Amino acid sequence: MEQLLQQVAAGLANGAIYALVALALVMIYSATDHLNFAQGEMAMFSTYITWAFYQTGMGYWPSLVLAMLVSFLGGLVIERVVLRPLHKAPVLSIVVVFIGLLAIFHSMAGAIWTHTIKPFPSPFPNIAFVGSGYIGPHQVGMIVVSLVLLSLLFVFFRFTSLGLAMRAAAQNPVSARLAGVPVDWMLALGWGMAAAIGAVAGAMVAPVVYLEPNMMAGILLYGFAGALVGGIGSPGGAVFGGFIVGVLENLIAYFGNLLDQTTGIYIIGNGEKLPIALIMLITVLILKPSGLFGRVTVKRV
Amino acid sequence: MTRIDRRTTIAGAIAATVVLATPALAQKKYDPGASDTEIKVGNTNPYSGNASAYGNIGRTIEAVFKMVNDNGGINGRKINFITYDDGYSPPKTVEMVRKLVEEDKVLLLFNTLGTPTNTAIHKYMNAKKVPQLLVATGASKWGNPKKFPWTMGWQPDYATEAAIYAKHILSTVKNPKIGILMQNDDYGKDYYNGFMKGLGKANEKLVVLRSTYEVTDPTVDSQMIALKNSGANVFFNITTPKFAAQSIKKAAEIGWKPIHYLNNVSSSFGSVFKPAGLEASQGIILALYRKDVNDPQWKDAADVKAWRAFMAKYMPSANLNEDTHNYGYSVAHTLIEVLKKCGNDLTRANVMKQAASLKGFEAPLLLPGIKITTSATDFYPIQAVRLARVKGTGFELFGDVLASESK
Amino acid sequence: MAIETSKAGHAPLSVPSRLSPTRVLIWCLVLLAALLPVLTHMTGIISNFYYLQLSLMLVFSIAVLGLNLLTGFNGQISLGHGAFFAIGAYTAGILLDQTSVPYWAAVPAAGLVCFCIGYLFGYPALRLEGHYLALATFALAIAVPQILKYRHLEDFTGGVQGINLIKPEAPFGLPLSPDQWMYLVVLLVAVLMFWLARNLVHSRVGRAMMAIRDHSMAADTMGIDSARIKMTVFGISALYTGIAGALHAIIFEFIAPDSFRLELSISLLVGAVIGGVASLPGAVIGGVFVQVIEKYADALTKAISNSVHLPIELEPWTIYGIALIALVYLMPTGIAGGIGSLWRSMTRLRGTPSG
Repeated sequence: MEQLLQQVAAGLANGAIYALVALALVMIYSATDHLNFAQGEMAMFSTYITWAFYQTGMGYWPSLVLAMLVSFLGGLVIERVVLRPLHKAPVLSIVVVFIGLLAIFHSMAGAIWTHTIKPFPSPFPNIAFVGSGYIGPHQVGMIVVSLVLLSLLFVFFRFTSLGLAMRAAAQNPVSARLAGVPVDWMLALGWGMAAAIGAVAGAMVAPVVYLEPNMMAGILLYGFAGALVGGIGSPGGAVFGGFIVGVLENLIAYFGNLLDQTTGIYIIGNGEKLPIALIMLITVLILKPSGLFGRVTVKRV
Repeated sequence: MTRIDRRTTIAGAIAATVVLATPALAQKKYDPGASDTEIKVGNTNPYSGNASAYGNIGRTIEAVFKMVNDNGGINGRKINFITYDDGYSPPKTVEMVRKLVEEDKVLLLFNTLGTPTNTAIHKYMNAKKVPQLLVATGASKWGNPKKFPWTMGWQPDYATEAAIYAKHILSTVKNPKIGILMQNDDYGKDYYNGFMKGLGKANEKLVVLRSTYEVTDPTVDSQMIALKNSGANVFFNITTPKFAAQSIKKAAEIGWKPIHYLNNVSSSFGSVFKPAGLEASQGIILALYRKDVNDPQWKDAADVKAWRAFMAKYMPSANLNEDTHNYGYSVAHTLIEVLKKCGNDLTRANVMKQAASLKGFEAPLLLPGIKITTSATDFYPIQAVRLARVKGTGFELFGDVLASESK
Repeated sequence: MAIETSKAGHAPLSVPSRLSPTRVLIWCLVLLAALLPVLTHMTGIISNFYYLQLSLMLVFSIAVLGLNLLTGFNGQISLGHGAFFAIGAYTAGILLDQTSVPYWAAVPAAGLVCFCIGYLFGYPALRLEGHYLALATFALAIAVPQILKYRHLEDFTGGVQGINLIKPEAPFGLPLSPDQWMYLVVLLVAVLMFWLARNLVHSRVGRAMMAIRDHSMAADTMGIDSARIKMTVFGISALYTGIAGALHAIIFEFIAPDSFRLELSISLLVGAVIGGVASLPGAVIGGVFVQVIEKYADALTKAISNSVHLPIELEPWTIYGIALIALVYLMPTGIAGGIGSLWRSMTRLRGTPSG
């Protein structure tokens, strides 16, 4: 029982990582209808920027804020320069452009900062608290940050005029344009925000998995899985989906190990937790194709 | 003119020593990839992909050969080191190696990196009769001269190392209950099998839990929690540097304090113990065969000083904390020794013959007492290790030099 | 927010007449390719290594063609075709390793297994649209290498160590090296597969496939059984890619889970798009791209910077990324489409010399 709780807690902590990445994915998807395969590498690059600022001795929070700013501008520029000219291109061409971006960010990070793992500081104080036997302070911090970020986005999209304009631009660009919304810039803004969220996600993830060019490769898969189960159009769904995936994979491994230890029958273990989790996700999708929280899409003929 | 003079004198000097050893070698003999002026050496390394941290080994070897060439080469011949990126992907390794052998026509393949990648070319190299020398993996299958006379490893093999840990556990720990974390691939398996063999059939049940991870897993947190709860008091950690650092840190976080054995693959302060936290790393036991160049106890050793001078001149921007640099330096010097011994007989057969007749060669950066010895039936160049404990910012060696017993 | 895939950017297929110059040219090229080992046998101009390269280009062309049938002609995006490539490779590998099935029978067997799996995967795929299907196939690509390592399958798959195979020798004592012989086998299979694909896309089923891609609801109202067609296309697509995987396994004589990582699926997709979506010549170009550009990005960059003596060190994968983006800009319909429009504009210029 003790271990079950610990596994759930660890799953939530991992889930927070996936949720943050999924959130950044959803940002771009909501704004532009694209799944950004370069999101993980962009977040990794942003994390290196944070690290570089931190190395100058300016302190954690200023480094992160500066890196968020740089990432925001970077995202904006990528949208305006790379993607804007292709806004009429078929979705497959866009996927290839994302793969190109992925390759660029990945190799540049390795060339600039080498491939060796680097420790990354955690901003959360290392103190004991109720339940610290189950979950570390950084893990709690990560979960809190992902929830805070989600709430901020919720408020932004629901109550600010800029947020409303962004939603309008994404959901009905023609009407939005007629209503005077600068649709193009809204898309760019979505990219910028996604990049800034990626910087936060990277800074939260790096103390756990260490900073290296490959740090996001595995995580992006889980981020996609989280976005998939929660519905890629919904920020809340993405966060929830991230947590579900995190907990699910730990529970699968836990019960697999339990069975193995008590009966000696090996069916599943850590090696199989990802495929099993993915099969479950696909099952969810078949039963509910737009994800647990996705909107039902209407098609016009 | 002066260049020719120097070369002839060097060649003369070398020839003199070689003649003393093996008089028949005075005549020049070449296979593809060797000539009066150069020796072509091929290599694959993961400069990209998820094992890209090891790419530094290839870069270091390249720099060492540049230094050798700047100093006149080996027996007057320059080393032409051709290294390709294989991204740690076996089919790509096969292709790159076929390119090296069939198109670039290298004399030999040196220190190709990785267990799955070398496995993919193992049969090919032996069918082609091209040396696959001093490969950068510790799998035990590289030392099988009967079946694979063209393949040779370098570092102590994983199975032997694991067996040494197993024996150490049996002789020092009372009522051991062992938990194992391993990477779910060829390399993890080799350590695991060697460990189980070292424990012996009767003691197999001492392993209370074996947990695996995939290289794509973001963390090993779940595995570490399961291991703690298995009641294990001994932890055998078969992980690569990033996951080793994660697991050490996580063990400390969840308050699990087993007797911790860590595989030599992750014996680095720069990329394991420092990122994991020095406090959490204290007392970890591991087998070493090379000096940790940042360890204060070797500060004045001649080979460490030479290594520092080399790094400063040929790799000025490199991070000195990375263990890959001294690995590459040490293994490159082993090949240099083999090529020197070949003299003017640069045939593939002679390369293998010379590689298989190293007698107590002390490659730079090996621990005192550990020497490289090979023979026609012994294709395991380094077979000895010393156990050490992480203490402070260095290793505290304890016990004797342990030679392999499993062969 | 409906997602419509690859609607823009490909010209309608024109059925070439029986003896059009293009047709003659293609068959001449095939004949030349088939005679290559004979022509070069005496001179030794082309080494075994280059036969391996040619074989691999053809193998990846078949795989890209498989993906193209699904994604290009039928509009179902797959990011996970590496999974079918792996299943094909393992089916052939296990048959050759554990049974006495000859290699020429193992290849179609692998295709058949993949067809069944693809057909079945096509069923849930019916319920998934656009990006959701892309992500589900993505999940498949991640899951398959893990499943290959599964403990209880190790007796068949060899687990993480994989399976070693033996490359077949040329039969009837033909004076060909195994590489040359396999090249001929692969060439034969490729010609057959492309011929079949051409007939498929020009058939009624082919037109139905494209109607579903361009407007599924309209296709439904026209009486097309789109569910059955989509599932069948998924099966056929998997069959193509599986056959490519089987040939790949035989050529390399070695298979392991590490050979079929996610990168493979992504390479195939990049090949399909860069070559030209919904284009048969595009699949050949895509196969060549996958083999040459992706595998040799590192060697190519080194060769360039060595010959031009650039002051900075080039990062191969950065250049690869830039090249991908540039190609999408410059040739939005893939290299095949780009060459096609270039050809058309040239012939138009020639047709009106007075301007």
